[in-house]
Amino acid sequence: MIPSTPQTRQSRPDAAGPLAQLSPASWDLSATLHLVNRAGFGGTPQQIRTMHDLGLQACVDYLVDYETVPPLPETAAGFRSDIRRPPTEEERAEQRRARVENDEAAIGRLQAARNQSDREDREQNDEMRKWWLKRMIETPRPLEEKMTLFWHGHFASGNRTVQDSYHMLVQNQLLRRHATGSFAELAYRIIRDPAMLKYLDADDNRKRSPNENLARELMELFVLGEGRGYSEADIKEGARALTGFTFRDDSFEFRDSDHDDGEKSILGRSGSHHGDDFVRILLSQRACSEFVCGKLYRFFVDDSPVPASPAAPAVIAAMAAQLRAQQYQLKPVLRSLFQSAHFYDPRVRGSVIKSPVQLVAQAVRGLQAHPRSLATLASGLEFMGQDLFQPPSVKGWDGGRAWINTSTMFIRQNVMVLLITGRQADFDESSNAEQTWDPSHLVTDASGAQLPPKQAIDALLEFCLSVPPHADRRAELAAFLNDYGNRIDRGSLLRMLGLISAMPEYQLC
Amino acid sequence: MSPDPHLPFTRRSFIAHGATLASLAATIPAFIHRSAFGLMIPQGVTPGSAPGFAEDRILVVLQLGGGNDGLNTVVPYGMDDYYKARPQLAVPVAGEVNGAITLPGNSTVGLHPAMTQMRELLDEGRLAIVQGVGYPNPNRSHFTSMDIWHTANTDAQGDGWIGKYFDCTCNGTPVPEGAIAIGRSAPLAMSGRIQKPVAFENAQLFRWMGADDDERLAANYERITRAGVLPGSGSVGAESQSGFLMRTALDAQLASDRIRGALGKRPLVEYPQHQLAKHLQAIGSMIRDGMPTRVYYASLGGFDTHAGQQGTHANLLRQVSESLRAFQRDLDAQGNAGRVLTMVFSEFGRRVRQNASGGTDHGTAAPMFLIGPMVNAGLHGEHPSLNSLDNGDLRFGTDFRSVYASILEDWMRTPSSPILGAAFEKARILRAGA
Repeated sequence: MIPSTPQTRQSRPDAAGPLAQLSPASWDLSATLHLVNRAGFGGTPQQIRTMHDLGLQACVDYLVDYETVPPLPETAAGFRSDIRRPPTEEERAEQRRARVENDEAAIGRLQAARNQSDREDREQNDEMRKWWLKRMIETPRPLEEKMTLFWHGHFASGNRTVQDSYHMLVQNQLLRRHATGSFAELAYRIIRDPAMLKYLDADDNRKRSPNENLARELMELFVLGEGRGYSEADIKEGARALTGFTFRDDSFEFRDSDHDDGEKSILGRSGSHHGDDFVRILLSQRACSEFVCGKLYRFFVDDSPVPASPAAPAVIAAMAAQLRAQQYQLKPVLRSLFQSAHFYDPRVRGSVIKSPVQLVAQAVRGLQAHPRSLATLASGLEFMGQDLFQPPSVKGWDGGRAWINTSTMFIRQNVMVLLITGRQADFDESSNAEQTWDPSHLVTDASGAQLPPKQAIDALLEFCLSVPPHADRRAELAAFLNDYGNRIDRGSLLRMLGLISAMPEYQLC
Repeated sequence: MSPDPHLPFTRRSFIAHGATLASLAATIPAFIHRSAFGLMIPQGVTPGSAPGFAEDRILVVLQLGGGNDGLNTVVPYGMDDYYKARPQLAVPVAGEVNGAITLPGNSTVGLHPAMTQMRELLDEGRLAIVQGVGYPNPNRSHFTSMDIWHTANTDAQGDGWIGKYFDCTCNGTPVPEGAIAIGRSAPLAMSGRIQKPVAFENAQLFRWMGADDDERLAANYERITRAGVLPGSGSVGAESQSGFLMRTALDAQLASDRIRGALGKRPLVEYPQHQLAKHLQAIGSMIRDGMPTRVYYASLGGFDTHAGQQGTHANLLRQVSESLRAFQRDLDAQGNAGRVLTMVFSEFGRRVRQNASGGTDHGTAAPMFLIGPMVNAGLHGEHPSLNSLDNGDLRFGTDFRSVYASILEDWMRTPSSPILGAAFEKARILRAGA
């Protein structure tokens, strides 16, 4: 395990170069809103004004150095660790006996116990989805949760395969603990994580019968990126290095007898490599920092098919250089990025398509929309393609335009209808439609006074859309409001928010 | 609000005025012109009789995700090496308990015992089995190999092959619902430069509910969905994220009513209860409704059987077999069987040797199925040799693009080279004159 380097604050970026700092004059409310949406899950107009008054540097520090902000009370303690506990010696003996004697009653009892445990694990998984979504909505440390979500998509594991919700929780907490720490440490820890070891069949990776799954994904998806200078032979050798890495109950276990101690050659380096040596060799590749920073860039800056700014490759290269110089510490890289002029370039504003989590969490945090039913929202995330604790594959979520098709477009719009009006799209549970919500705080000025109709429309569009509104948008809302007697009240605000959230560009962050 | 006087306010009049819109073709982006045009085709009229559709033939693609174990699907029970490589996992010899299902006139290769209904399809002359399908330098990554199959390109780069088919014919897709995928995400295969498929899993969620409480909002919503993609001062760059979102929103709105209408009717036959059957049932209903859709896509995952394969795999194959049979019955009842060719594939097969976990790891060549009365029923190609392996893997005998070439040329009646990037010899999977 590499020692974690102490937190560094010296890395203020150069005045020039791809990560040159934003000029203080450009730090306006719109820039603040952009930062708070991108580095977190949004905030209310009042919160945006407060963050703006901090100034760029203090605002970024507040978001990045989140350890100084008191955390949410820990609510994961209620989850059970024993749903999938391994059978005791007596239970194993009973299983053997029942099989040997073909004792149908006993076999039936064992099967019923198994079914019960399956059901309880699924239920706990559902509870965990709600728990995490709630956390992302409520957290005073948005970057911590946002990066945890990033790593969940990067070091992806899913509970349909892991079949142990507690291990998924342990992995989630690992990702949170190291969310903005050292990528290297995360890589070393992920090959010891029970959920990941289960997900990628490490249990079956033994000296005499290597299973390549974990080795392949470490190279292809976790550390280097597909096609970045490794061969099938490197994967086979990497799998040999990882033999013996498994887990028992809830803990990592290295089984010496399963480990292949022979000579291996990985990416041209020979030795009797162990799993950590394999990771160390991967981390020594330049491709690693470039791969990780490329993904961070897509996540935080721009996920268009063709980057909106021609500076993107230079920015990613500068981020990668900084990540290497900082021995894989992530905070300095994120700090530079969030302070850079590039991050606020008009070309990259609104160039990220909201993930389903972003759509929901930002609506509740920013609009202060009533969350209605967490169970419904968690199912909604699943229908929109982002089932928490169940990414579609070890590749995680593709993000960007892959979130959007004609089907998810309707679901996204209908989730917003639910949040705004309480009207239920048929997900799985009845919502709390009686909960009323008054969005009038969205159309007040800094002193709390209500804005007149035209300014109210402008305020709503500027707050809700990350791109300058299409020419027809103001006119459409003005026409609606005119039909409504130009009254700004709860009814007209809910209807206008419904229409704004149905605007295709509402899906942009 | 001062809309262009040529543009109607509601979708209904938008449809009714399709002819007007078509006359503005020079100034209207191609896809929206065709969107309006497509919706003019009245229900109940088969696409074959509508201009723009030379044929009324349909392709259904069924993807088996995760890498289906081809050796335990089309079983070489006559080969000793099969039993040596798979002492626990091999399907027993035909005639034994749970043994392979025999194929007429063949004593070495059979079907997995869970696939009795596939044998029935064979007996009816509706099942072609192409053995040993693959491609050179096989890639064992699920994602890359799937992308290779989807793009018909061994670099796994570029647009989807079905998307390219639409792009190459009719100057791009004539209708947003030209290609429909049942599932949460649209497969790369159906995504072209112009063509984007409709994808949905639950049709009841396939509409905007924001006007349910206040119908007046529907008109605002219609205008919002159209603005920006229509020509004019406010149109948004087609390549921008906004442009992409606006096109998708419009496609969604246009496709919604039509599809929900089609799925509202009871099917003519009973389908099994599992998910794949429900998805094929939905496809059957859309075909029955006469939707102008040329290609439908369904998928079933779970074939990545690294451990404890036996029961899982049998269950999956049973679902495939039962669903495809019910689908053929439905098409028969509709009188549409002759219009619909179904293709079944997976991104790769599995290693010949079983692993230590009662499963199999990622491999290479595997069989494909083609189903419908137009196929040349029976086995095609040779079963891959089990004693001339490439590093423990089967060598392919038929390039999957030969199958695509046959489908494109003989079924869809389209030159295949522009779509596949090269000329591939056609696999003889369709009956002469089909």
